[in-house]
Amino acid sequence: MAQIDPDLPVSKRASYDDVVVTCPVTIPYERFSVRSAHWFLGRTVAELLAAAHMEKDALDGICVSSFTLPPDSPIGLMQYLGLSPRWLDGINWGGACAAVALRRAARAVQAGDAQYVACVAGDTNHVYSFRDNVSNFSQFARDAVYPYGSGGPNASFAFLTDYYMRHYGAERNDFGKLCIAQRDNALGNPFALLKRPLSMEEYLNARLIADPLRLFDCVMPCAGGEGFLVMGRHEAEARGLPYAHILGSIERHNAFPDDPIQMRGGWAMDVGDLYGMAGAKPSDIGLLQTYDDYPVISMMQIEDLGFCAKGEGPEFVREHTFTVTGSFPINSSGGQLSVGQAGIAGGYLGMVEAIRQVTGQNLGRTVPDLEIALASGFGMINYDRGLCSGAVILGKSR
Amino acid sequence: MTTKLEHPKRKDPLERTRLPSLPPAGRSREALGLISVAGQAQFTLQTCAVCGAVQYPPRQLCHKCLSPDIPWEVQPDGGTMLAETTLHHSNDVYFRERLPWRLGLVKLECGPSVVAHVMEDCRPGGRVRMSIKLDRSSRAVLLAMPEIEGENMEDDLQLRETTCDPKHRRVLISNAKTAVGLGLADAMLKAGARILFLGNPDPWKRIPEFDELASHPTCEVFNLDVSDSDSVHEVAGQIGSKVDILINSSYHIRPGGVTGRRDVNDPRNEMDVNYLGLLRLAKEFGPTMRARGADGDFGACAWVNILSIYALVNNPTLATYSASQAAALSLSQGLRNELAEGGIKVLNVFPGPIEDEWQQLFPPPKVTPEALARGVLTALRNGAEDIYPGAVAEETIARLRENPKEVERELSL
Repeated sequence: MAQIDPDLPVSKRASYDDVVVTCPVTIPYERFSVRSAHWFLGRTVAELLAAAHMEKDALDGICVSSFTLPPDSPIGLMQYLGLSPRWLDGINWGGACAAVALRRAARAVQAGDAQYVACVAGDTNHVYSFRDNVSNFSQFARDAVYPYGSGGPNASFAFLTDYYMRHYGAERNDFGKLCIAQRDNALGNPFALLKRPLSMEEYLNARLIADPLRLFDCVMPCAGGEGFLVMGRHEAEARGLPYAHILGSIERHNAFPDDPIQMRGGWAMDVGDLYGMAGAKPSDIGLLQTYDDYPVISMMQIEDLGFCAKGEGPEFVREHTFTVTGSFPINSSGGQLSVGQAGIAGGYLGMVEAIRQVTGQNLGRTVPDLEIALASGFGMINYDRGLCSGAVILGKSR
Repeated sequence: MTTKLEHPKRKDPLERTRLPSLPPAGRSREALGLISVAGQAQFTLQTCAVCGAVQYPPRQLCHKCLSPDIPWEVQPDGGTMLAETTLHHSNDVYFRERLPWRLGLVKLECGPSVVAHVMEDCRPGGRVRMSIKLDRSSRAVLLAMPEIEGENMEDDLQLRETTCDPKHRRVLISNAKTAVGLGLADAMLKAGARILFLGNPDPWKRIPEFDELASHPTCEVFNLDVSDSDSVHEVAGQIGSKVDILINSSYHIRPGGVTGRRDVNDPRNEMDVNYLGLLRLAKEFGPTMRARGADGDFGACAWVNILSIYALVNNPTLATYSASQAAALSLSQGLRNELAEGGIKVLNVFPGPIEDEWQQLFPPPKVTPEALARGVLTALRNGAEDIYPGAVAEETIARLRENPKEVERELSL
């Protein structure tokens, strides 16, 4: 773990002490599934119990994230799955749900409200699920976005990409470099849906979706589940589970509402707290898991999380390499752009992979000598911008 | 410069006819509020009466100070287009049929940033003028227009999709022989209508102006009497599949109150033309127009009813005429609902007294047929749903909105 730097911002937030995160699990992704969200969530819980060698009744805390669970609620899901937790949370906050779930769960465990919290995210994907989701995502989306071309998030991110390119001089190649490196990382991931190497030529000439976005700039919606367990360090050790420390965490909602177009996320408000709490600085981060439904938002996270200044993202991308063995490893399992976006579980993908890498349990390629990873989340394009952001810094067990 | 819309070619009957589909119509109650300010020259948004914040998308309270007092107020319509995209993929059938489709994110001078449909001449980083239009689902949408009118602007496909410009379209005027009908025909010709079908209800009557109009190469005359079911059926059989805009300009007006009548002949004739005439036209022309709502770039798009402001409140000196207009208005709302399935708009026109032979003794100001026609043309080009041409109509609707009972008691000519 990094030494405390006297120049680091000081955070007033209490540390998570001996609360740890463990048992990263994934329910393999499918492009379309005839199963319901209940199945993916239930199988995720089952995988967590198996990984932790835990009886079902011992699980006393659950945090559920799912877009396709309705009309059922997380409470209804408890009856469906035959669980009786004493602590239950439902966090449907898109791409930020993993960071938010983890920090809520950690406090619950720290306070003794629950001993073990299973954080699970799962969604199914039927043929019409995606259209149903984007057409009814929010009141503003239904009133003021979907009637305009019905492009869904592609259109929203096309605006942000167009503006970013115009404003900061990013080129299509810069985004391509990120996508291609992630695809390379994905080649080792057995769960990745896109497992053919991607060339710059293919990337640049792919089918236009929402100019300037082409096919490989957009995530592929799919079905799947992701989860992890939060518990005290002693419990993890007693069960022989590799674990990671939670060094710092932030979340923010509806940040910078007066910005005419989104060029920064909530991280920019809280990043000092994140590093201050963790006693780390950006250069200590050995692996960054961005929320990457579109590459422009990865670039924005590189800036807002302090790896370079605002507007320097394109230059940063040109100077670095992003595969697991590159100068700045990013999205080591391939990210959503190569693995697929299993609904809200897309928000968990980076976190689960960060836990795997930090605890040495990765399924695919290894980020060498990893001490600290940062997993970031972003989401909920309610109208013209992503409203929620979150980030967690995880440290190797010591 | 907007891409010029070429004069439509003769349709190849073997080609696939695009069926009408509609853009997504689901809206919240507050967003439906935008419909009442659509199709107008002014740009109107929710404005907080307490703190002055302007907001979009519409809400039930002010997003700055949480006040519930947020009336729709006119705002400056300027803005800057921050970003653009052209969709090559859509999740909705209506847009899939019309790809590529261009959109913009516009920072409004009055505050909010908005997602908008975008006309061809708008450029990223450039200034735009915002307009609220009704789309093919008759739902209000924002359209960014170039600040300065460019060449062929009226040919813009997104503008045409949210409006009903007669240019290149075939227009039926149910009675083209009255002053009102002649005025409408003249306006439609000048607006570039492709063909004018002129209804002639009384072939025995010679009117030089009508004869002159009928000799125009783009005009075709049909003996059409809306009070005669067979006549309407026959004409619909001949041109029903060619009418893109139908203007129901037939009306019958006779002065008179409710009591003190010897018989009900005049009121029956008024109903026969004003109410049943609309019904006959709707029954014969409506289904085909609805089916042709997306037939190429020049498909059927609008149905215009020349009603009367007295459809909204009874004028005691025109009591039975007012009643027949009220009946027609009610029917037109039913028709609007049915034609909406094909994306056809119903424009209701509510003039005050018109300068015509049956309203000679009404005191001025009266609407001239030319002014009425200009109003109809502007409304079609803006995509408006209801218009109130003339000073009397304007005043009456303003008073009605404020206090309908006052108008009911005080209405006089």
